[in-house]
Amino acid sequence: MKSPSLARSSFLKAVAAIVQKDLAAEYRSRELLSSMMVFALLVIFIFNYALNLEPSVRAKVTAGVLWVTFVFAGTIGLNRSMAVEKDRGCLDGLLLAPVDRTAIFFGKVISTLIFMLLVEVIMLPFYGLFYNVNLFNPGLLLVMLLGSIGYVVVGTLLSSMAVQTRTRDILLPIILFPIIIPILLSALDASNGFLNNLEFDLIQPALGLLVALDVIFTAVSFMVFDYVVEE
Amino acid sequence: MQTKPKALLALDVVSLILLAISTYLALVFAPTEAIMGDVQRVFYFHVATAWVGMLGFVAAGVAGIVYLRTQNLKWDIIEIAAVEISLVFFFITIVLGSIWARPVWNTWWTWDPRLTTAAITELIYIAYFMLRQGIEDPDRRARFGAVYTLIGAVSVPITFMAIRLFRTIHPVVIGTQSAAAQGGFAMTGDMKVAFFFALFAFTVIFIDLFWNRIRMGNLAAKVEQLRLKISQ
Repeated sequence: MKSPSLARSSFLKAVAAIVQKDLAAEYRSRELLSSMMVFALLVIFIFNYALNLEPSVRAKVTAGVLWVTFVFAGTIGLNRSMAVEKDRGCLDGLLLAPVDRTAIFFGKVISTLIFMLLVEVIMLPFYGLFYNVNLFNPGLLLVMLLGSIGYVVVGTLLSSMAVQTRTRDILLPIILFPIIIPILLSALDASNGFLNNLEFDLIQPALGLLVALDVIFTAVSFMVFDYVVEE
Repeated sequence: MQTKPKALLALDVVSLILLAISTYLALVFAPTEAIMGDVQRVFYFHVATAWVGMLGFVAAGVAGIVYLRTQNLKWDIIEIAAVEISLVFFFITIVLGSIWARPVWNTWWTWDPRLTTAAITELIYIAYFMLRQGIEDPDRRARFGAVYTLIGAVSVPITFMAIRLFRTIHPVVIGTQSAAAQGGFAMTGDMKVAFFFALFAFTVIFIDLFWNRIRMGNLAAKVEQLRLKISQ
C-alpha cells in the first residue's frame, strides 16, 4: 500500500515521462510542428482570398479565421500524436507499463497542448504581420489557452479511439468537430470580445462557459479513458 | 424460429390506431390557427417527433453509461436502437420544422439554438455510426459507441445553452406567450387536445419501435453467433 503522496508523485512522474518522450521525439524529427505550422499558414492564405480580408471585413472575422486555423492544424497534431504510438506498437508498450492509464492520457494531452499552443503563438504574429494589426492581447492569449485545453482534451480521447478503427485519420474530424462545437462557440465569442475591446462584463459569460467546459470535458475524458484503451 | 411476442404485436396495432387518431386530430379536429393558417398544423407532429427524438437521445446516453458499467452487450443493442430511432425522428422534426418555417419565418432554415442543436445531434449520430463501422471487434465497438454517446450526451445540451447565449427567434409555445411576433401562438382547448394526444401517441410509437428494434438487435446477435458456430 503506497501512501497517497507517493502515489501522486509517481503519477506526476509518469505524466512527465510521457511528455518528455513526446517532446524529445518531436525535437529530433520536427515532423509534427513543421507540418502543423505550414498547414496553418496555408489556411490563413486560403482565407485571405476566400473572404477577401480587407480591413472592414477583418474586424468581424479575425477570431473566426484564427480558430478555424487552430482547429484544422490541431486535427493534424492530434492524429499524428496518436498514430505514431499505434504504428510501432508503442501504445501497447505504454499500456503494459505499471502506471495509471490516465497518466498516459494526461501525458498525451499535455504534449499535444504544448505543440498546439506553440503553433498558435507563432501564428499570431504572422497574422499580425500580414494584415498589419497587433493581435498581442493578454485576454486573447487566455482564451486561446482555455479553448485549446478543451479542444485537446476531447481530441486526445477521440483520436485514441479513431486510431483503433479501420478508417483512422479520416474519422477523427468527423467524430471530433460536432462534439467540440460548444468549446468553439464560447472561444469564438470570447475572442471576438477581446479583439473588439468590449467590456469585461460582456465577455465574462463566454469565458466562464469555456472554463466550465474545460472542467467538464476533462472530468468526463478522465473517467472514460480506461474504456478506450482497454484490450 | 422465434415468433413475435403477442404483447408486441398488440402494441404495433395500438400504435397504428393512435397514429391515425392523432393525424385526424391534428389535420381535421384542431381549429385552424388565425394568423398562420393551416401550416400551423405541422406543429402537433413537429413537437411530438422532437419529443421522441429527445427520449431516444436520453435512452442512448443512459444505455451507454450502463454498458460501460456492466459490459453486457445487451445494453449495446439497446443503445443502437435508441440512437437509430432518435436519428430518424430528429430528422422528421427538422423537415417538418422547415416546412412550417418557410411561410412563417420566410426561410427554410435559421441558425437558431434548437435548429442548430438538432442538426448537430444528427451529425453526432452519423459520426457514431461511422465510428462503429470501422471497428470489427464487437466488445470494442460497443465500448467506443458507449463512450461516444456519453460524450455526445454531455456536449449537446451545452451546445444548446451556448447558442442560446445569442439571440433566438424560435417561438416558445409552452410557458410563455410573448413570442407571437416570431410565429408563437396561444393554444385553444381543442388545440391542446390535439397536441397532448400527439405527444401521447408518439410516446407509444416510440416504445413500440424501441421494442421492435431491440428485438431485431437480439435476433441479429443470435444470427451472428450461429454463423460463427457453423464456420468453426
